[in-house]
Amino acid sequence: MNNFPPVVVAMSGGVDSSVAAALLVEQGYPVIGIMLRLWSEAGFENENRCCTPDAMAQARKVASLLGIPFYAIDSRDRFHQQVVESFIEGYRQGLTPNPCLVCNSRIRWGFLMDQARLLGAEYLATGHYARIRHLPGGKVELLCGKDELKDQAYVLSMLNQNQLAHSLFPIGEYKKLEVRELARRFGLPVAERVESQDLCFLAGQDYRQFLSRIDRDVVKPGPIVTREGEVLGEHQGLAFYTIGQRKGIKISHPRPLFVISKNVQQNKLIVGLKEELGSDQMDVINVNWVMGAKPENIKDVKVKIRYKADFAWATLEFGIVDQVHVRFEKLLRDITPGQIAVFYNEDVVLGAGIIQTQPL
Amino acid sequence: MEQNDKIYLDYAATTPVDQRVLEAMLPYFTQIYGNPSSIHYYGQQAENALENARDMVAELINANPEEIIFTSCGTESDNLALRGTALAQRKKRNANHLLISPVEHHAVLHTVQQLADQNNFEVEYLPVDKYGMIDPADIEAYLRSETALVSIIYANNEIGTINPIAEIGAICQKHGIPFHTDAVQAAAHFSMDVQRDGVDLMSIGAHKFYGPKGVGALFVRRGLAISPVQTGGKQESGLRGGTQNVPYIVGLSEALKFVKLEREERAQRLLPMRDKIIGTVLEEIPHTILTGHPSQRLPNHASFVFEGVDGNALLMMLDVAGFACSSGSACKVGIPKPSEVLTAIGLSPNWALGSLRITLGKDTTAEKVEAFLEVLPKLVERARSLK
Repeated sequence: MNNFPPVVVAMSGGVDSSVAAALLVEQGYPVIGIMLRLWSEAGFENENRCCTPDAMAQARKVASLLGIPFYAIDSRDRFHQQVVESFIEGYRQGLTPNPCLVCNSRIRWGFLMDQARLLGAEYLATGHYARIRHLPGGKVELLCGKDELKDQAYVLSMLNQNQLAHSLFPIGEYKKLEVRELARRFGLPVAERVESQDLCFLAGQDYRQFLSRIDRDVVKPGPIVTREGEVLGEHQGLAFYTIGQRKGIKISHPRPLFVISKNVQQNKLIVGLKEELGSDQMDVINVNWVMGAKPENIKDVKVKIRYKADFAWATLEFGIVDQVHVRFEKLLRDITPGQIAVFYNEDVVLGAGIIQTQPL
Repeated sequence: MEQNDKIYLDYAATTPVDQRVLEAMLPYFTQIYGNPSSIHYYGQQAENALENARDMVAELINANPEEIIFTSCGTESDNLALRGTALAQRKKRNANHLLISPVEHHAVLHTVQQLADQNNFEVEYLPVDKYGMIDPADIEAYLRSETALVSIIYANNEIGTINPIAEIGAICQKHGIPFHTDAVQAAAHFSMDVQRDGVDLMSIGAHKFYGPKGVGALFVRRGLAISPVQTGGKQESGLRGGTQNVPYIVGLSEALKFVKLEREERAQRLLPMRDKIIGTVLEEIPHTILTGHPSQRLPNHASFVFEGVDGNALLMMLDVAGFACSSGSACKVGIPKPSEVLTAIGLSPNWALGSLRITLGKDTTAEKVEAFLEVLPKLVERARSLK
């Protein structure tokens, strides 16, 4: 026996978390594999991207191959209450929420971490492409993964010091190709599910179909208007449109029109010309600073305004408590209320928060 | 056979095959491998082994050989008993009423529910007391002339309670209503006697008593109207088509023989350890209830509920600590739904979700029980610390 502390690995059956588990076993950690059962809409259980019966069978197979115990833990009700309901509520308020970050901070690094502690584990490990750097004095930093194309630090940006200090990201030091290579070396299945940005509980469908089934209130038709108030047509429900959208608005106009904002109170979809779209500033609320407090001496940062967005240079103006005003170097066309803005200093994640408004 | 430093305390889930049983089975894989239905030498040899096994099982449960139907497991026996009898009794005497307890194994419960859903049988559930026990007087009260079948579990897998099967059997016989008992757990511990107990159908499965998995038997009283569920050849008196699994059937009969020969000695050894577990757990762990009957229970079976504990988490914690237990109903996918049995005995979800079943067997020793009792109170406390 060695002195390595026990680690729980969140396993999905996919290559990334499988290799993460294998690396930890190789390093000598006592490893326990856990898969969470997350909520699926009734009738769509086999489509859930996170935890289909197939994925569970695959994860069990990998655990058995690695000789580690594996458990499935039900968190369907919890996931529904904490993630799905806030997702629907977000759309009800005219926002475009990102439920993955809620899931990570509440379910994976909440419920699952608690379960890991019960089992005596010191760390929760996942197959995310991200890195942790331990600083002298005990603090930890969250860094982007080595593989820039695969980097997933974005979805971890709402985690706090306590959560990160007890996290391991074994594949963050590798590129995707190397991870596949490792999988082959460990004799692990490298088959991968089709990569998708879809949310796990949408059963591979568009969120609009999901919302229409779950909550008719979210899809109330209303007028499409210009900023000047001219009515151009009828929209199918504000939740069906995103800021910057051009296609699918279904109105005829001599020049192409874009969704520029939503007026939830009056259920109006506001459209305009390309020149009217976009802003060079935004407010961000509920900011989580990874280090526990706002950064000192750093004002110029890179920002991502959604998971797959390009970095945009910006200056931060710190407001009260957990709010920050962001001024971009250039105009951005798709600042979307409800999405998560993440702030980076080089490859270090400083923090993240919810985009509140599109300032006029 | 224990693995590494792990301790197995889940003998009600399954048992290791007895070495003597395994040896008795081996010749029938490679040497005496004929099909018992074949007319030639090889077939006759296999048939001989099969019929010897049938004779032995019949003798062990006080039945006639032609009343023994070999199946693939206890669940299949339950299915054949329930479905086969219900359908035949309806055809024969228009009987449409099924009377079962609310604490049946899923093999019975789900079969009956399907008979209700797909075949329009009327299902009625008997009351049980707080130990999950049936009162024979209720049988008398609930029986109808159109009752097709009564099915009562002999000893409950989750909570260990033993039902008064002989009394229930006598009542059913008096009224001429077919009576099935799922004796899958009980057969591992008691001397089975279908005459004494007055049962018309009785299900057993070999792997609960140190026989192999994948083989079971159903006692079907001579003259009872029952139709096959698995149709095919004329094997097993036409009640179960398919080539018999001779080595496994030999294994079942051998294992059942050793139950008869050794059951008292086994029970004498296990009882003090069971009672030690029950006593210590109730004394040392607050907010704990023993589930099932305090004395009318399986000699190897201790089961509890701990208030405010996530039973699945407790099982994982125990496993990581090296102890293999169960919550009573095997639920690998971890669905936090209180079991029907625990609900039927009146436990609220806050209690019922915190269930733990410890079942002892041939490799259990006082030292292992000691080690377990050392760890369990701490783990329950830790599980409770998370809310």
